[in-house]
Amino acid sequence: MAERTAVEARRITRIFGSGTAAVKALDDVSVEIRANEFFTLLGPSGCGKTTLLRMIAGFEFPDAGEILLDGADIAALPPYRRPVNTVFQNYALFPHLTVRQNIAFGLEMLGRARAKIDARVNEMLRLVRMEELGDRRCDQISGGQQQRVALARALAPEPRVLLLDEPLSALDYKLRKEMQVELKRMQHQTGITFVFVTHDQEEALTMSDRVAVMSRGKILQIGDAREIYEHPVNRFVADFIGESNFLSGTVAAVHDGRAEVRLDDGPVIMAEVPRGLTPTGRVSLVVRPEHGELAPPGGGGLAGTVETVIYSGTDTHHRVRLDGGGLFIVRSQNRRGVAGGRAEGERVAIRVPDGAAQILRD
Amino acid sequence: MAEFRARRGSNDNRRARPAPRRRTGFDVRAMPGAGTLAVATFFLLYIPMATLVVFAFNSGQSLSVWEGFSFRWFVSAWHNAAIQEVALRSLLIAVVAATCATIVATMAALATTRTAPYPGLTFKYAFINQPLMVPEIVTAVALLIVFSRLKVWTGYSGLGYLILAHTAFCIPFAYLPIRARLESMDLTLERAAADLYAPPLAAFRRVTLPLLKPGILAGFMLAFVISLDDVVITEFVKSGGQDTLPTYLLGQLRRGVSPDINAVATMFLALSAVVVTIYFLINRRRV
Ligand SMILES: Nc1ncnc2c1ncn2[C@@H]1O[C@H](COP(=O)(O)OP(=O)(O)OP(=O)(O)O)[C@@H](O)[C@H]1O
Ligand SMILES: [Mg+2]
Repeated sequence: MAERTAVEARRITRIFGSGTAAVKALDDVSVEIRANEFFTLLGPSGCGKTTLLRMIAGFEFPDAGEILLDGADIAALPPYRRPVNTVFQNYALFPHLTVRQNIAFGLEMLGRARAKIDARVNEMLRLVRMEELGDRRCDQISGGQQQRVALARALAPEPRVLLLDEPLSALDYKLRKEMQVELKRMQHQTGITFVFVTHDQEEALTMSDRVAVMSRGKILQIGDAREIYEHPVNRFVADFIGESNFLSGTVAAVHDGRAEVRLDDGPVIMAEVPRGLTPTGRVSLVVRPEHGELAPPGGGGLAGTVETVIYSGTDTHHRVRLDGGGLFIVRSQNRRGVAGGRAEGERVAIRVPDGAAQILRD
Repeated sequence: MAEFRARRGSNDNRRARPAPRRRTGFDVRAMPGAGTLAVATFFLLYIPMATLVVFAFNSGQSLSVWEGFSFRWFVSAWHNAAIQEVALRSLLIAVVAATCATIVATMAALATTRTAPYPGLTFKYAFINQPLMVPEIVTAVALLIVFSRLKVWTGYSGLGYLILAHTAFCIPFAYLPIRARLESMDLTLERAAADLYAPPLAAFRRVTLPLLKPGILAGFMLAFVISLDDVVITEFVKSGGQDTLPTYLLGQLRRGVSPDINAVATMFLALSAVVVTIYFLINRRRV
């Protein structure tokens, strides 16, 4: 994939309100979104995702910093001059127009020839699989279909960047899964840069080339799904994405990008160190539930008692109360014919293999 | 339809069908005498009107003794040159004044709804709706004084004054439905238009205006009926020979009621009824 930058935000700050009521919706945010990538802004409600998206679209302006599109500052361009289209959260289809007229709207505004517009609209209807419904009014189609029309309408003018603000959040579970696949397909087919906003971490991980995790107006980490999941930089990211067990301990030694950490609960483990960090003293660590291993007591590891066992088809969750008081969840895959489950109340030791734990930045 | 419902976002611009209202708590209909009162009010309102309409079709001169069915009063009213003149004048004033009032009201509604609330906005609402609150007679006297000066200074004493006065008091009637329509309109639609390369004017023409059309039509109809109906202000502002239908009828009544006035009033009633019906039909069918 070409590593050209499509959109770049440079040190963007946006403050709403003033005085004590001031909210930093974006706080010194910098991000580079590559051309043709599926980029996702992920974060809890109110973290500034929409604000950042609206700045790219031109509905919102930074108090400080700049936004570049293909290397050029677009601060002075009003929304209708930016080669960027948006799929709005509530779709915002024009209720007085038909599906076709909605899709044609942007092309007409760009002054394309009628024949070209008709051809493009047909192509878009095919892309979103809505050929039969072109002449329906937009309030006479289902939610999932409206979603497709919104997508077709935004894609029709072939924008440089497509912005999608939680486009799937209003759909029911099954339709959402379907549209996730569709969106991915359309992004591949069109080669347009997608900037996708969601607060659903699973959606973010499965769909994106890269994810930016945001919290309180800041971008905490940018990386692909594996990086974000396996090497979260701090507690917030680890906690927000997937299930996590948090431990604390003291660094004994550091070598080859790994640290030897004496856990407060006893054992000494080898933990991963995030790039650019030289840990010393007290640290906190994260261990994903599937990385812990249950062993009989006495053989080293974290000693504890099984509190609950939840069987969920593909795997089994064991909630283990550590002797130190903490809680540790171990998820193990179920295999046919292997009785992996422990009984509630059983004494166990949890082994944390080398590299399974990751030291957090804060 | 089920998934349709599920889609309801926070900014949804389509309105939910009102749920059947469950009756709990105070119900005025359960009060003793409420039914009787309602029926009495209905009679009070409609019996006089019904009498007026019925006797418009009386073949005799009398307004109290039925002598048989006939259209003669309608025919004679229709061919009455004086009535023709005032009716046309009324229509002319109503059309022009309602049009001007609707244009002004549309602009006012856009200006007062497309901003974040700010101190002074309520004052502006009150200002725009002033004719609804100030007693008409006060406005009438004030206009009489100002316009009589103007007539002397400018030497012009045409219909302009009446049209101006009618426009002024029609504005709030046009303004209210337009504003209601604007307030229920989803703002992201205009944003979507801008996002799709529509400059402000094109976005207004292609999205805002078509969606606003039912409100504008309703506003126009209301203003039209209000103008058509006005007596007090017209009576004070009009120059000699500028009678409108209502002031003409008033003048005729001083000389005693004749059945052709009934006929005119009946036609007038029919016209208003048609306009009001159209108004309700427009308001019911929402885009
Ligand atoms: N126009 C505004 N005026 C004042 N505060 C605002 C405005 N827009 C956003 N904010 C505030 O800025 C912060 C970020 O808002 P934003 O809409 O970007 O959040 P978000 O990440 O999109 O959240 P959600 O997932 O709920 O949509 C919030 O605290 C919000 O209250
Ligand atoms: Mg948002």
